[in-house]
Amino acid sequence: MSSTAAAFVDATVRTATPLMLAAIGETVAERAGIINIGLEGVILTGAFGALAGATQWGLAGGFVAGAVSGTAIALLFALFVVKLRCDQIITGTAITLLAVGLTGTLYRSLYGASGAALSIATLSPSPVPVLSRIPIVGSGFFEQPAIAYALYVLVPAIWWWMYRTHAGLALRAVGESPLAAEAAGVRVNRVRIGAIAFGGVLGGLAGATLVLAQAGTFVENMSSGRGFVAIAIVVLGRWHPLGVALAALLFGASSALQFLLQAMGLALPYQLFLALPYALTLAALAGVAGRVRAPTALARVDDE
Amino acid sequence: MSSKTDILRSSNSAVALLLVAIVVGTGAVLAAAGFDIGRAFLALLSGSLGSWYAIGSGTLVRATPLILTGLAVAIAFRAGVLNIGAEGQFLVGAAAGTAIALGVHGPAPVVIVLVLAGGSAAGAAWAAIAAVLRSRFHVLEVISTILLNFLAANLLSYLVRGPMQEPAHIYPQTLTIPIAAQLPRFGSSTRLHLGFAIAVVACVASWWLIRFTAGGFRLRAVGANPHAAQSAGLIDVERVTMRAFLWSGALAGLAGTIEVCGVTYALYENISPGYGYTAIAVALLARLDAAAVVVTGIVFGALEAGGAAMQRDAGVPSVVVSVVEAGIILALVVFQRVRFANSSSAMR
Repeated sequence: MSSTAAAFVDATVRTATPLMLAAIGETVAERAGIINIGLEGVILTGAFGALAGATQWGLAGGFVAGAVSGTAIALLFALFVVKLRCDQIITGTAITLLAVGLTGTLYRSLYGASGAALSIATLSPSPVPVLSRIPIVGSGFFEQPAIAYALYVLVPAIWWWMYRTHAGLALRAVGESPLAAEAAGVRVNRVRIGAIAFGGVLGGLAGATLVLAQAGTFVENMSSGRGFVAIAIVVLGRWHPLGVALAALLFGASSALQFLLQAMGLALPYQLFLALPYALTLAALAGVAGRVRAPTALARVDDE
Repeated sequence: MSSKTDILRSSNSAVALLLVAIVVGTGAVLAAAGFDIGRAFLALLSGSLGSWYAIGSGTLVRATPLILTGLAVAIAFRAGVLNIGAEGQFLVGAAAGTAIALGVHGPAPVVIVLVLAGGSAAGAAWAAIAAVLRSRFHVLEVISTILLNFLAANLLSYLVRGPMQEPAHIYPQTLTIPIAAQLPRFGSSTRLHLGFAIAVVACVASWWLIRFTAGGFRLRAVGANPHAAQSAGLIDVERVTMRAFLWSGALAGLAGTIEVCGVTYALYENISPGYGYTAIAVALLARLDAAAVVVTGIVFGALEAGGAAMQRDAGVPSVVVSVVEAGIILALVVFQRVRFANSSSAMR
């Protein structure tokens, strides 16, 4: 039984890792007043970039390439919504469509023609001494690929930065009242572009994680809705880094339920398990959304 | 002020350049990968407009679901409802229509009316989930409709592998629907079916309703400025957006049902190659005008039909069409300055 529980925790953390990366990046962008519905496309682009990078320069190069390509497409989004003040929702939808088309075309023209299914050596788990020996939760949290540990440092760091530094205050001011922030000497556009780019780095890393630490290959549309789920997770986590991290783990746990239920020998249709996280996210949003307040300037373009 | 418009103008041309670069770059990648670009382009043209058969059985057949889902998106956006869920509503409508078609027996006209009505109702019901989540629980409909798309895809997958699977349990699809439920075609040499006419009528009727009726005026007023509509126009904003949302869902559900009754004759998993997402481009290109959706739907239908021919004849992945669609949306969003988030009261 304890091995089932350990497998459950492990599956939870594994599913949560890319979601948490993407959602933390999106949190920073949304705190600056930008909702990037194109996050799905950013993750997909990052995944493809990671594949291309890893086949050229190995695993580390793959992660770098994933982050760089995620940032590139996020900056394209920034050009449209910050510089040209376009509608964020429509632009984001187009960015996702663009990423689906570009990665699909590039994948089939660069690798598909050969007909061989690509497989890449994945980043193996590196157990943390002592901590990974903790019963039940130890191996789940501390015997993961290194990218998961990066989150254990990043999440508190973002929290500290957002609430305890001058720059973090400026970010939140831009998301609440860009006019007031501008009057106080904050370069609103610069902050927003920076926030979107940061979201691009983490979204790209999320895609790289899917390819390099989990699947070991690229599949068209492999982001399969994770970007949209990450946006929902930001709402569930109330735009607070620690809350968002917790919400990502919650979503991971609901996905991991299938391992637990299968271990219990319940013969339910597998689609039910695939659908469960989406249904739970909807239900959780219904419970949370009315009682939390989004950054005031979120998605607005008329603030001048 | 003038320097600012200059910046905007120069960045507009920068964007135009960028979009051209995306398209040219994609072409260059394809060429570098060894595809014959000239042949691909010819296949695109001949597969969409090259013959009467290509126009009727290719372009217009593909245009039918795009016109209906495009209309669904246009009506929702017009009312300030960001329904990105046409895809899910399409799938649920297709599933419900198939279930009715397989279960009901009777004379063809009666069966067809029942099937189309049932599919529309199912699409509206699926949209109602997001509509209620928005009005009662303040859940952003952009997020809920997208999540519902994934739920609908899983539901469909369950149905065609479970309760609705054909009796031999070999293929993940339903039985073929009876002749009585199949939409008649315009002649024996074409695949063009009655659904195209229904789509055109739906657009013209919606255009008239929006343009000339009190309800249509309320819809436009709410979409333009919900606060002004509420305070100065004494309009029940909640009710208007709810109705627009349901109307939108019903049209997308109808699109799914018509696809089953007019083209596929059975239900299976990948029945929609993303019609509900392309619909957004269809609606935006039409400037959210219900009548213009007929034209833009045909444009995208030609692109889809040509893309399929391109993959078949020149081996170029048809997914490249998504790049073109995305480029069109990005260009429109800049030059048309469409914006909805301001009027979306769900944002608050």
